[in-house]
Amino acid sequence: MSGVENVSVRVRVNGEPREAQVEPRTLLVEFLRENLNLTGTHIGCDTTYCGACTVLLNGRTVKSCTLFAPMADGAEITTVEGLSTDGALHPVQNAFAECHGLQCGFCTPGLLLSTLHLLNKNAKPTDKQIRKAIAGNTCRCTGYQNILKAIRMASDEMGKH
Amino acid sequence: MYAYPFSYHRAKSLAEASKLLQQLGEESRVLAGGQSLIPLMKMRLARPSALIDINYVPGLNDIQSHNGELRFGALARHTDIDMSDAAAAIPILHDCAIGIADVQVRNQGTIGGSLAEADPSGDWGATLLTLETSVQCTGPQGERIVKLEEFIKDAYTTVLAHDELVREIIVKKPPRNSGGAYLAFKRSAPVYATVSAAVQLTLDGKDICKDVRVVLGCVGLTAIRAQRAENELRGKKIDGKTMQRAAEAAREAAEPQSDMRGSADYKRTLVAALVKRAIAIAMRRARGERVEAGHEYVGR
Repeated sequence: MSGVENVSVRVRVNGEPREAQVEPRTLLVEFLRENLNLTGTHIGCDTTYCGACTVLLNGRTVKSCTLFAPMADGAEITTVEGLSTDGALHPVQNAFAECHGLQCGFCTPGLLLSTLHLLNKNAKPTDKQIRKAIAGNTCRCTGYQNILKAIRMASDEMGKH
Repeated sequence: MYAYPFSYHRAKSLAEASKLLQQLGEESRVLAGGQSLIPLMKMRLARPSALIDINYVPGLNDIQSHNGELRFGALARHTDIDMSDAAAAIPILHDCAIGIADVQVRNQGTIGGSLAEADPSGDWGATLLTLETSVQCTGPQGERIVKLEEFIKDAYTTVLAHDELVREIIVKKPPRNSGGAYLAFKRSAPVYATVSAAVQLTLDGKDICKDVRVVLGCVGLTAIRAQRAENELRGKKIDGKTMQRAAEAAREAAEPQSDMRGSADYKRTLVAALVKRAIAIAMRRARGERVEAGHEYVGR
């Protein structure tokens, strides 16, 4: 109710075309959660630090709390809801489950997408490369060791196919 | 968190963006990658009445190399630069591009935005001041090319007029037998560095310093060229002693403030240590050695 004109935002989210009219100041994460009801993407710190809100925008990870929704107009977006197929977990999700790569699960959607982005670019990352790739994702539960294990397992599993 | 309301305008060219900046007045701002501006708006430290989005302007993220020059389009993302042949050929560019904040921010943040923001802790300012860098600006009076030294005037202040935008960053390729290093010391990946040091030098023979630039980041209102440190090296043999003298001169040149990132004393100590390390890496690279360097933080 700010008196400014709303903007139309059209995107493809997880392969589906979606559209909504939003106030320009709507953040991408709010657009996904409030307008499109895709609440898998979490709002953590809301200050460009923790990476809980990470999604893929045209194949690259971004922090969706640090984009205004109109900046994503015309883009392909992948959220955590787009990872599984027909109820079967994605190998990255499966690896996190198998290796206890999560406890409370709040950071997990972001970490899954950072992992997927890493493995899409580099199928066999070294431990150092994995650490650098998830440096923008904060986890307050696990101590990261099981996340590293999970990413190594996902890399092995995805390498088999 | 919600920013104050603003009207959103999408420019299809830089000329249109400049016109919109004129029409919408002093309270309007350009939106590039948004990785500095959006956090500022969310914390309500910035309150533009209108944003002009230039992300839909075609061709603004090109990286080109010809005639001994590299040209980075204003919207080249840090990730684009980190993966470019240009950065592979000039290691100091790679050091900078590969470590700015974290993957997500590098995928979105732009070189033009970083320079136009002129944050005293920005990584590109310190890095590019060690090279012959100029900024091509575009506005209602046409194009002009400004040396980076003159482009950055003060903290968060550049020579850009309100209706002027960055089109390109032009970097002259360094001569043969040159090497450089950019070292940024951070508390964690996503934050600005506590202190950064950039050194670019050219060797004459094995260890004589033919030319050098030493620039310090995060310890002044703008990145600081440490000319006395350069004088300790230029024309001399680089060894433990000259490196130590240069590091001490850099420590003197720094103007740090105590803040949540550390005390002024701590930062001066960091300056000396980083400069020394950067000189050593720059020298090895000038000799053709491959050395990994860049941003440092716990758990890297």
